[in-house]
Amino acid sequence: MSENENIEDREELLSTKKVTISMGPQHPSAHGVLHLILEMQGEKILRAEPDIGYLHRGTEKIAENLLYHQFTPYTDRLDYMSAMSNNMAYVMAVEKALGIEGDIPDRAEYLRVIVAELARCASHLLGIGAWAVDMGALTAFLYCIREREMCLDLFEMISGARMTCSYMRVGGVRYDADQKFFDKVRDFVRILPEKLDEYNKLLTGNRIWIQRNRDIGAISAEDAINFGFTGPNLRASGVPWDIRKDTPYSVYDRFDFDVPVGEKGDCFDRYLLRMAEMRQSLRIIEQALDSMPDGPIAVDIPDVVPPAKDAIYDNMENLIHHFKYVSSGFTVPEGEVYSAIEGPKGILGVYILSDGTEKPYRLKLRVPSFVNLQVMDFLSKETYMADVVAILSSLDPVFGECDK
Amino acid sequence: MTELTNILPSMATVLQVIMIAVKCVIIAGIVMNLPIILVWLERKVAGHIQQRPGPMRIGPHGLLQSVADGIKLIFKEDIIPSKADKIVFIIAPVIALIPAMTVFVTIPFGDSIMIPYINQEVTLYIADFNVAILFILAVGGISVYGFMLGGWASNSKYALLGSIRAAAQMISYEVAFSFAAIGVVMMTNSLSLVDIVHAQDGWFTNWNILYLPVGPVWFCIFFVAALAELNRIPFDMSEDEGSLAAGYQVEYSGMKFSLFALAEYSAMVSISVLCVIFFFGGWNAPIPGIPIVPPVLWLIGKTFVFIYFFMVIRFTLPRYRYDQLMTIGWKVLIPLSLVMILITGLMRILL
Repeated sequence: MSENENIEDREELLSTKKVTISMGPQHPSAHGVLHLILEMQGEKILRAEPDIGYLHRGTEKIAENLLYHQFTPYTDRLDYMSAMSNNMAYVMAVEKALGIEGDIPDRAEYLRVIVAELARCASHLLGIGAWAVDMGALTAFLYCIREREMCLDLFEMISGARMTCSYMRVGGVRYDADQKFFDKVRDFVRILPEKLDEYNKLLTGNRIWIQRNRDIGAISAEDAINFGFTGPNLRASGVPWDIRKDTPYSVYDRFDFDVPVGEKGDCFDRYLLRMAEMRQSLRIIEQALDSMPDGPIAVDIPDVVPPAKDAIYDNMENLIHHFKYVSSGFTVPEGEVYSAIEGPKGILGVYILSDGTEKPYRLKLRVPSFVNLQVMDFLSKETYMADVVAILSSLDPVFGECDK
Repeated sequence: MTELTNILPSMATVLQVIMIAVKCVIIAGIVMNLPIILVWLERKVAGHIQQRPGPMRIGPHGLLQSVADGIKLIFKEDIIPSKADKIVFIIAPVIALIPAMTVFVTIPFGDSIMIPYINQEVTLYIADFNVAILFILAVGGISVYGFMLGGWASNSKYALLGSIRAAAQMISYEVAFSFAAIGVVMMTNSLSLVDIVHAQDGWFTNWNILYLPVGPVWFCIFFVAALAELNRIPFDMSEDEGSLAAGYQVEYSGMKFSLFALAEYSAMVSISVLCVIFFFGGWNAPIPGIPIVPPVLWLIGKTFVFIYFFMVIRFTLPRYRYDQLMTIGWKVLIPLSLVMILITGLMRILL
């Protein structure tokens, strides 16, 4: 009897305890400032709870106090890996509210498409690179960064800024592109496929990379839809939902491109899908370059678009016009609009409720990183701690966007 | 007077002791300072693999970079977490370092040379144990205590997970590592490293790597197990910065942190030397008739090839997951080495 008691005591002594670990917000693979509360039994994950908000800046509230055109730079800081796409989502929503979405000159639309697709490449490159470094492949990361650098150089050429571009404005784009820029873009279109093959050699066929990602964090198409997945993460589960194709905006209906889909919806499919998407983006860029029309780069509506900077120095009327634009902006008719684009991370939607003044009454952003992140607990259950890193990287959240 | 001479050791013995002391100091000096070069080399290799120059600022081609880093680490604030087990926390890096250095006692860098003026023959190793392999395995196994205690004493969950991983990984791979050493012993009929090298004298066809068909397989087992023993990518579970930040050394800073790094680099050097001694003929030239290059240089050259190889691997491969690592250890390497022992044994008996 006493022996049994002793054994029971011992078992209690030896029983393992659940450990709660705070992964982040200061953690090398927290992808910014994600605080992931992991409940673990040894290395097994019992629960993963994302705790967000460390980068909350009240972007939506800020918008209510800014003129419509003043808010564009704030969108740069949403998904700071692809400022161009965010610009596009916002200006398209305002244009829709103004009712001028059909009047945007073709050249502006083409330039928008080119830079937005470049932003998609930059975002996917960094996504894959950061993922690789979380899995320990530092070299793949630096290779990806090298090509992303080319994208950023292109952004610098066209907008003067590398990451926070603010290139687009309501009614068009801010600066025209010259032949030098187009040549550089062509170089990029030519070079990137070779480099993608290089990553293929480093990662796709790599046994360790496959073992770390295949069948990890698999999500069925039905679950993916129910969780509100969009973008590459949804398509990796086999749902061909790409609003560039299904509800075309801008001039995407003029281009010929495929929507790659995955099969299993696991991390490896999400990786392959991003690789395939970059190639499709390059196809779009190439077609846009080939059929680049001439013409103005912004609508000819003086209320919305100020005169060019060099025209205001020697012309009083232009100076007044410019002053009027920057100080009081333009009014947007009463009503509500929702407009969305296919961002690199998923559908980026902008909802604007206007009360007829120069500032939005309410602005709501539908950000893919936030929506995608809620699946963390569902996918991480019963996996190992190292898998959580793979799953998080494969969802590719950016916390500027998630925390807004 | 005669009594005194009986008590006093003879001149030869005194000389012998002095020789050993001098050799110890020289080897300790080399091993302690080698990481300075190796860190620079590793960063240069990383840089060139990743198409960037690597360290370039301090000294020609950044040669003095690791000296600068060392000085910085010495002067850095030495933080001990308030809830840490202070004594264990302090001695853990030392426990990790000492075994990694002690291994060099048995390593032969060459056979022996004559020193001209004192007409004394000097062996190029500190000691030729007849159980050198056992000594290396035993002493090398102790260093895991450093990683374990360091992680435990830090009183941090990340460090604890790191040290659990380190312990499990090292114990698992110690088995495969020892089996590979047994393979070498079976191929060369000796536990002494000097005899192991002498068994591979002559042409490069005598090297253990070419002891067909088992030699290459033994080498692969040894090399993979060594990678795991070294805690390097693809097996660096215990300091997996992807999930554990820095693993067992997450709370260490300053000189204690660099002692861990020193231990790792010393281990890398000793494992590389062992690779050469076990499988690539030690200090033997591939073709016997090359007298111009002294044997020591052959050993150093071959060792650096392996060190370079370890570095290239680190910057090429991603890392395995903890359970996958265990699977490789227990389900692949150990059964494979058991089969290889059988085959090698049969070869020894029948051939």
